[in-house]
Amino acid sequence: MGKTFAEKALARASGESEVVAGQIVDARPDVALSHDNTAPISRTFYSLGIDRVKYPERLAITLDHAVPAPSTLHAQNHAEVRQFVAKQGVRNFFEVGRGICHQVLSEEAIVLPGELILGSDSHTTHFGWLGAFGAGVGRSEMAAIWATGELWLRVPESILIVVDGELPPGVTTKDLCLKIIGDLGADGGLYLSVEFTGGTLESLSFDSRMVIPNMMAEFGAKNAYLAPDDRLIEWLRGKASRDFTPLYPDPDASYLAVHHFDASTLEPMVARPHTVDNVVPISEVAGTPVQQAFLGTCTNGRLEDLAAAAEVLRGRHVAAGTRLLVIPASSRVYMDAMAQGYLTTLMEAGAVIGTPGCGPCMGNHMGVPAPGEATISSANRNFRGRMGTRDSEIYLASPAVVAASAVTGVLTDPRELD
Amino acid sequence: MENVVRGRVWKYGDDVNTDVIFPGKYTYTVRDEADMAKHALEDLDPSFASSVQPNDIIVGGRNWGCGSSREQAVTSIRRAGVKVIIAKSFARIYFRNAVNGGLLPIACPEAVGALQAGEVVEVDLIAHTITGKAGTFSFPPLSSSILRILEAGGLVPMLRRQLSEAGAAGQGGNS
Ligand code: SF4
Repeated sequence: MGKTFAEKALARASGESEVVAGQIVDARPDVALSHDNTAPISRTFYSLGIDRVKYPERLAITLDHAVPAPSTLHAQNHAEVRQFVAKQGVRNFFEVGRGICHQVLSEEAIVLPGELILGSDSHTTHFGWLGAFGAGVGRSEMAAIWATGELWLRVPESILIVVDGELPPGVTTKDLCLKIIGDLGADGGLYLSVEFTGGTLESLSFDSRMVIPNMMAEFGAKNAYLAPDDRLIEWLRGKASRDFTPLYPDPDASYLAVHHFDASTLEPMVARPHTVDNVVPISEVAGTPVQQAFLGTCTNGRLEDLAAAAEVLRGRHVAAGTRLLVIPASSRVYMDAMAQGYLTTLMEAGAVIGTPGCGPCMGNHMGVPAPGEATISSANRNFRGRMGTRDSEIYLASPAVVAASAVTGVLTDPRELD
Repeated sequence: MENVVRGRVWKYGDDVNTDVIFPGKYTYTVRDEADMAKHALEDLDPSFASSVQPNDIIVGGRNWGCGSSREQAVTSIRRAGVKVIIAKSFARIYFRNAVNGGLLPIACPEAVGALQAGEVVEVDLIAHTITGKAGTFSFPPLSSSILRILEAGGLVPMLRRQLSEAGAAGQGGNS
């Protein structure tokens, strides 16, 4: 019987010649990601009675969740992270303003095809865009990885999602993901490796690809996978700091289920409050008033996303009574968007540009809504209270929908702006 | 962990996420575990933290604990006195965090359908049964690697012991 990507990747990471779904293995991550939560993890780590991280070269740490520090407590937290980094000699450390962990580690090619990355962040599934096995773990588990270099993992069963057809103009991989999660449910991929294939993927830009495994965290997935193609391998050449071997599932690999989606029939989708699988086409919610529009996050805060918003906003202005907040996912995105003139276009249209990082995505700062307000957001999660205010509503959609809704002050299909 | 846990049921629905269990805005500011307990389930059921009793049992639907990887969504509940959560299914990081934090996650869809809010139920960890007003339900035994962690009181206590044993045996835990 052929092997899935997950079976191959976890066999490699655990040094076994072969593993099967359901088996529990001791896996050794190539990269261990943490962010602002490095400080509490370090307290747990030192409480184990040891002093040195076993493989400091495998750690990658960003400050991104609340940057620059919005309060004394956050500043202390950052200071503690910097102390840890200095003491342990962690070289892959990215300061305040460099950007969101998943974006920065992607830009820097810190994890490579076929490798295992574990992160104390649920969207570590993100790294499936380059054919790596990325999974989220808890803080105590991260302390255990720092101490021992390994962690137990159950080899997941896999499902295959086949996407064919070309995305229509104005429709994005965000809409595809919302469609998948809406159709199959927020637990449709629970515990599973979600492997993607099909003609649609090949033509996608890297920015568009990253959305897919990132969003699969909202599907319950353990990890997600896009097969590395020649374009990706070419891009990695010269960037990668070590050799790597891409892994591909066998043609006769065993999948629990196979789902088919036709990209050419999709339209802009919206996830309504307060769950990500509460999905409808934009036409069903068009006209709903929004007081805040937020463009950013590890899901949709990249150059292509800012470009899509700039295209909608060129020559237009944000509606009175609505504010548009733009937070580039990284400093690279920020500079590229500046060079391309997107930031000027966005600011002329009335947008506020924030420091690269997570912004208000999880309610720490920089755009927390008032009670009773509704936000249209390009993020991945719309749970009650997610942006810091219990009695507020979050709608999720693509960057173009966020921009179009900012222009009108109500949820708007960008294809219908006059 | 005791072999039998008896407590009152707090019943909730499907897809209860970690943002309503422990709001993200507190993740870098509330550090003390007793303080975390004061915010347990804050945005789901504001009455929970003030009236939960030791050994009370949370009963949830499908995909309990979906969303963020934050461990406080386990710690806050555990410190509030809850030792067992029964659900139709658990989000995977929540399941791991629960085991690692010494909070027993039991997946038993039949029991979830039958248990009522407020009733007193008994969970027997040796017999793998849940007994309430509607009868007795069995759940599958946990795997040995998971049991090992739970018996040690969680991942950190287990590691602490392993590392100190390794150090004592002269292999060094600091390499
Ligand atoms: S942008 Fe949002 S989802 Fe992404 S890592 Fe930051 S807080 Fe998490």
